[in-house]
Amino acid sequence: MNQLENRNAYMGLAGRMSKKRRRNVTLTIVFLMLLGAFIYCASKGFVLGTYEIRILRLCGVYSIAALSMNLVNGFTGQFSLGQAGFMAMGAYVTSLLIIPAAQKAAIYYVHPIVPWLKDVQIPFLFALLIGGLVSALCAFLIGFPVLRLRGDYLAIATLGFSEIIRIILTNAIPVTNGSLGLKNIPNTANLWWTTIVTAVVIIFLLRMMKTSYGRAFKAIRDDDIAAEAMGISLFKHKMIAFVIGGFLAGISGGLLGSVVGAITPNYFRFTLAYEILLIVVLGGMGSITGSVIGACIVTIAKEKLRFLDAGMNLGFVKIPPIDGMRMLVFSLLLMIIILFYRRGLFGSREFSWNGLFRIIRRIGAWFGRLFRRRGHPEGGADA
Amino acid sequence: MSVLKTENATMRFGGVVAVENLNLQLEKGEIVAIIGPNGAGKTTAFNMITGVYTPTEGKIFVAAKEDEETLIDITGRRPDRITSLGIARTFQNIRLFGQMTVLENVLLASHLRLKSKFFGAVIGWPHYHKEEKQMRIHAMELLERVGLAEFWDEQATSLPYGKQRRLEIARALATEPSILLLDEPAAGMNPKETLELTEFVRNIRDEFQLSILLIEHHMQIVMDISDRIYVLDFGKTIASGTPAEIQANERVIDAYLGVADDD
Ligand SMILES: Nc1ncnc2c1ncn2[C@@H]1O[C@H](COP(=O)(O)OP(=O)(O)OP(=O)(O)O)[C@@H](O)[C@H]1O
Ligand SMILES: [Mg+2]
Repeated sequence: MNQLENRNAYMGLAGRMSKKRRRNVTLTIVFLMLLGAFIYCASKGFVLGTYEIRILRLCGVYSIAALSMNLVNGFTGQFSLGQAGFMAMGAYVTSLLIIPAAQKAAIYYVHPIVPWLKDVQIPFLFALLIGGLVSALCAFLIGFPVLRLRGDYLAIATLGFSEIIRIILTNAIPVTNGSLGLKNIPNTANLWWTTIVTAVVIIFLLRMMKTSYGRAFKAIRDDDIAAEAMGISLFKHKMIAFVIGGFLAGISGGLLGSVVGAITPNYFRFTLAYEILLIVVLGGMGSITGSVIGACIVTIAKEKLRFLDAGMNLGFVKIPPIDGMRMLVFSLLLMIIILFYRRGLFGSREFSWNGLFRIIRRIGAWFGRLFRRRGHPEGGADA
Repeated sequence: MSVLKTENATMRFGGVVAVENLNLQLEKGEIVAIIGPNGAGKTTAFNMITGVYTPTEGKIFVAAKEDEETLIDITGRRPDRITSLGIARTFQNIRLFGQMTVLENVLLASHLRLKSKFFGAVIGWPHYHKEEKQMRIHAMELLERVGLAEFWDEQATSLPYGKQRRLEIARALATEPSILLLDEPAAGMNPKETLELTEFVRNIRDEFQLSILLIEHHMQIVMDISDRIYVLDFGKTIASGTPAEIQANERVIDAYLGVADDD
């Protein structure tokens, strides 16, 4: 490496002249254009049915939820399980702000809705942002007591908070419609919405982790005693991560409400937090790529494995329909990952074009060796 | 003029008195060593000064950066606040950030001097870019200074032990301290590195205008480098004075020098 290139590298500047960089930018643009074309075709109904599109929309929703959890757990090293609660806040706030007044009367048929919410209806984007901000505010308020806790204690406290939110949602009937939940939530969050919001979140997090603040988060995860000795305020930085995490979870909740169309407090039980944890661990703690890929795998698998709940005939034994069989399979999967493959699919690495090409080259070399060995069996001394 | 002072600082852990009535003074520009057998309470003294532990009794003062005449009471303050007042340290059992590169480890330590706010940094405000650039230049200079510049992109914990120790020093310097606490810097260094350490510590003292407090078992280094020495034994200060005085002190020879010289 020559001097200038080296300097660019440690200064964190990508060499402007670099051929590789130009190639990567081109590839990224091509990828984004293909993605856009795909979404366009999909939303016109050319390639996918509404069912498949719905699954893809959920992939986006769960990606954001997983990224939110990964920021706090994977990047900052704080074991928090409050995601379901923050998602519930976001989902309810956003939904209440976008359901048209006429629908509200029909939804709240047992107990009328409070007058100050009856006629509110604002554009989806604002509703989504407000949902996120309310969640962030919640995170800020509960952050004061809980962020002083460590490890398991923090997990228990945040899980408790999440349950409290759910109980409040169940009982604040004039506002939330209690356990009947909300339905007829406008289906605004189409594939464009979920994909673009996910992309914005990814870009935000990538940028954030490259800043000095991102380094501070990672330092706290690696060794909080050393981080504090280097002048990092643990509380302040944990709080920033926690509040941003709350905001993102709120956004993902807001999108979720609009994608599924109907929500009840029970949707946001701790099993939801558990599912998101599965995604994060599967993808790799501390990997943005991992969370997105993990979210897609788990969301698609969850749909494809629906037959498990319906019961099965394995020939020698009949399994009756059991609701929750899928979750059992997922729990087993989580256990297997944690026992044998703790770093998940990506560890803490990220996708990069250079990395992809390295892998392709390696596979190419492998095939090449295979071919040569077949061609000259007597020359296979290395076999 | 003292830059650091402890007044009867005492640290108890349950029944154990790890440090008892420590009265330590560090003058500006001095290099002072704390020695004593294993478990004497040396690291605990560091932990009290840097805020990891709040002394059970006694007080700790540090000279204000702007006005060195006034002493600030830092007893029981948070470690990060104490660091921002200009006290930096290294750890006896090296504590580098394992999943970060050598350069990132040093950059991290400049974070406390960062003026940009969170959103300014993420959005990429020009002011943040300027600060980040300064941080990187400064970090590379420090790495250059400790001879680790060529390893900037390597994972910190992949370096050999002696280099990790130097990286810890570079990281501590990045917090822009006026007082540096070194906890057994020679441990794990090879003989050549150990030989260079004395010179190195003196040089950084002059270059960065530091006052240095140092824990070290290696007597050669201690005697060469120190202006003064405190000797702890079972938490008590059994002697203090110049290297010559310490070497002649009967109690020190009994408690420590006579037996521990073989390592
Ligand atoms: N957090 C703690 N809880 C309980 N006891 C402690 C704690 N930290 C230190 N001690 C005790 O205090 C005493 C002094 O320990 P310290 O680490 O300060 O010794 P040291 O002089 O640094 O020894 P070494 O040369 O081995 O590093 C020891 O008896 C140790 O067991
Ligand atoms: Mg020690």
